[in-house]
Amino acid sequence: MSASAIIFYIIAVFILVTGLLAVTTRKIFRSAIWLLFSLVGIAGLFFWMDVEFIAAVQIAVYAGGIVVLIIFSIFLTQQAGNEMQKSRISRRIFSVLSAVFGFALSYSLISQYTFTPASDKPLNIEVSNIGTQLLSTTDHGYILPFEVISILLLAAMIGCIVIAMKSKTVTNE
Amino acid sequence: MINYSYTSLIPLLPLAAFVVLGLWGKKYLSKIAGIIGTLILLAITILSFITAYQYFFIEGKANDVYQPIIAFDYTWLRFTDNLSINMGIILDPISVMMLVVVSFVSLMVHIFSLGYMKGEERFATYYAFLSLFTFSMLGLVLSTNIFQIYIFWELVGVSSYLLIGFYYDKPSAVAASKKAFIVTRFADLGFLTGILILAFHAETLDFQILIQRLTDPLSPQYFSVAAASLFGVSVLTWGLTLIFIGGAGKSAMFPLHIWLPDAMEGPAPVSALIHAATMVVAGVYLVARLFPVFSFDGIALDIVAYAGAFSALFAAIIACTQTDIKRVLAYSTMSQIGYMMFALGVAREGGENSLGFTASMFHLFTHAFFKSLLFLCAGAIIHLVHSNDMKDMGGLRKLMPITHVCFLIACFAITGIPPFAGFFSKEEILTAAYNSNKLIYFISLFTSALTAFYMFRLYFSLFWNKEPHAHYTHHGEGTMTMKLPLIILAVCTVIAGFIHFGSFVSSDGKTLETHLDIIFSITPVALAVIAIWFASSLYMKANERPAKIATAFSAFYQAAYKKFYIDEIYLFITKKILFNLIGKPAAWIDKNIVDGLMNLIAAVTAKISLLIKGLQSGRVQGYALYFFGGIAGLAVVFIYWWK
Amino acid sequence: MNHILFLSTALFFIGMFGLFTRRNLITILMSVELMLNSVNINFVAFNKYLYPEQLNGIFFTIFIITIAAAEAAVAIAIIINLYRNHNSIDVESAEEMKW
Repeated sequence: MSASAIIFYIIAVFILVTGLLAVTTRKIFRSAIWLLFSLVGIAGLFFWMDVEFIAAVQIAVYAGGIVVLIIFSIFLTQQAGNEMQKSRISRRIFSVLSAVFGFALSYSLISQYTFTPASDKPLNIEVSNIGTQLLSTTDHGYILPFEVISILLLAAMIGCIVIAMKSKTVTNE
Repeated sequence: MINYSYTSLIPLLPLAAFVVLGLWGKKYLSKIAGIIGTLILLAITILSFITAYQYFFIEGKANDVYQPIIAFDYTWLRFTDNLSINMGIILDPISVMMLVVVSFVSLMVHIFSLGYMKGEERFATYYAFLSLFTFSMLGLVLSTNIFQIYIFWELVGVSSYLLIGFYYDKPSAVAASKKAFIVTRFADLGFLTGILILAFHAETLDFQILIQRLTDPLSPQYFSVAAASLFGVSVLTWGLTLIFIGGAGKSAMFPLHIWLPDAMEGPAPVSALIHAATMVVAGVYLVARLFPVFSFDGIALDIVAYAGAFSALFAAIIACTQTDIKRVLAYSTMSQIGYMMFALGVAREGGENSLGFTASMFHLFTHAFFKSLLFLCAGAIIHLVHSNDMKDMGGLRKLMPITHVCFLIACFAITGIPPFAGFFSKEEILTAAYNSNKLIYFISLFTSALTAFYMFRLYFSLFWNKEPHAHYTHHGEGTMTMKLPLIILAVCTVIAGFIHFGSFVSSDGKTLETHLDIIFSITPVALAVIAIWFASSLYMKANERPAKIATAFSAFYQAAYKKFYIDEIYLFITKKILFNLIGKPAAWIDKNIVDGLMNLIAAVTAKISLLIKGLQSGRVQGYALYFFGGIAGLAVVFIYWWK
Repeated sequence: MNHILFLSTALFFIGMFGLFTRRNLITILMSVELMLNSVNINFVAFNKYLYPEQLNGIFFTIFIITIAAAEAAVAIAIIINLYRNHNSIDVESAEEMKW
């Protein structure tokens, strides 16, 4: 058992436990915080996998942006201190069963497959490589998805504003 | 070859009158509807007379025989190369004679109705229906094709229904019109079956070709129809008997006669036209048209003869007890048509044996005049007295002189007193019967005595018997339009007998010499005179003798008065037997099994939908769960089971 | 490598369990974020252990993070709209598609 393996297991357990707590706890604010921990754990996992750039992006966007957004919306729509309701027993049992069944199915398929690496060279990520490749038009270039995603972000922004806007008739009544 | 295509106007003009009066009569033409109808009929009558003159006198005979002329033939529905329904006009002695009769009597009825139906709100509708009837009847007599005659047969039935039920707010009139239509329709079932049988074997629907094929013993069609048999009787007899059943329904022969007395609910001119002179003789006309085929098959003609004779006697007995004047005349009509039927029945094709055919047609001709005269006089009397019952009338000879004279002339005619028309035609019928079938001869002799009795019972009860009520005098006898037809018909009744009918109408087209045997004719005339004297002794002055005779024969009298309970028997059969045994189970099956099955299917569907509608709860989370479940299931199936 | 896949699969199904079970719309959104993150882990793992010369997995991860952010924003907007109409963010109260 090498040290990296042990670290990996600790991080994995952390992620799973906080994830489980996030979906089962009854207080909504605590759920958001558990989610935050889970995301931070995933960022740690990325650090362990030597992809620092992704880890940094994860913390900046996910943990810093989305969770904050979620917390805002919690405050906007209800009292953060209240307990949430539980769903029906039958629903919960079916969900547990289906999740366990799905997990068993997927993992049985995955475990039967031997994954062979294509080459032995270690992964080399330099941020400058990422940058040039993101903008290059030759092969392995991702300029087109880059542009599309910027349009998507624009559309999402406008859409959110339109959806969340109070329409005039609602305010005047 | 004279051009006879103008004869197509004869049925078409009344049709045009029907359309015009029917569509615009009530709103725009109500005042002059009667004039329009009458003028059109006047035109047709003139055309009919011209046709008759041309046919009988100018065209004359070729080879001593009157040739049938097809004036018009149009192929309407072609089934195969040989079988088609044509619409055409045939002119031969009987159809031309019927043309004259129908149009003339219809004209008299139109003129009479101008006065009788005056003030009626639905005046134009009445004339429209009268024109429709005239069109249908003319089409019937001019038919070249057995299917065409069936079509017009049904049309005549419809017109009769419309006219009997003319006073549609009287429930009795509505019931009577329904009864007439249903009974004749039921008889027409037999008629249609007979048509199909004959047409199938003869492979044609055209009258001339059919007669030609079925009367030639060497033709293949005759062989096929005579060889096939059902229950030991040849198919030819079955076909002819079924056709006769259709004719019997229309002509009110026993046992399909029940509609005729009830049909008197219609207005009196309608009874004069339809139920005296024209529609009821349609059955006789049909047998006459197919006479060559009938006479080839003796059994069918015997059935015709006995049915006719029995109906004549039956009706005469009932007529002796009835008190409603129109009912008496209705039964009298049934009796006289029975005469015509059995006269046809005792005749055979060709030569001396065919006297019955000529006699029957002659009687049809004269009967039309005096019976319609009787009905129109009855109409005038009802118009004055406002009641149909004999008990309310009496001594009317002082109030209605013209009607009195005309009625008397008609009564003499119907009882066969010389020199009026009925004498000549009845003599020929009795001679034909005497020469062929003695039983029928004696039945007809007895019936003619009864005819004299009940007709003069009617005459004396109406015009003598009591003194008239004072309030009758306010009305007067009726307008000139009501008196004129009576006078004209009375004149015709007097002179029609002198026409030598045998030179015009006979079964094979040749002239038939008819003699008047004085010795032979004394018997019926003497019997008639005795009957008249007997009736006068009972009814000329009011006395107790009729009541005493009624109580002496009480059971028989009651049965005759109740028309021998035939109506009750029919009612029993339909209500107890047909409704209970067939109608009720069928209704039960329909309601519980057929409807029940449909309801069951609907209920099951509703139940199933109720059970599964919970699946669509509107909650997206649930949908997600089902979605995932489906994917997992399909994944298992595709990965592990289905290779 | 298999262990990482185990982790990501488990995280995915934990997120799915939350998706089916939770009644609050925001917690459903959180479960969806968990699922998206598990996918991210998957991509990075495949890229690092199976195809070290290419950077495709990393790019996809970047794109997924971006899109998840946009989607979360839109989802919050929808939640706010629903809250205005129904005055609750319970998912069972949005029953308009019911029979």
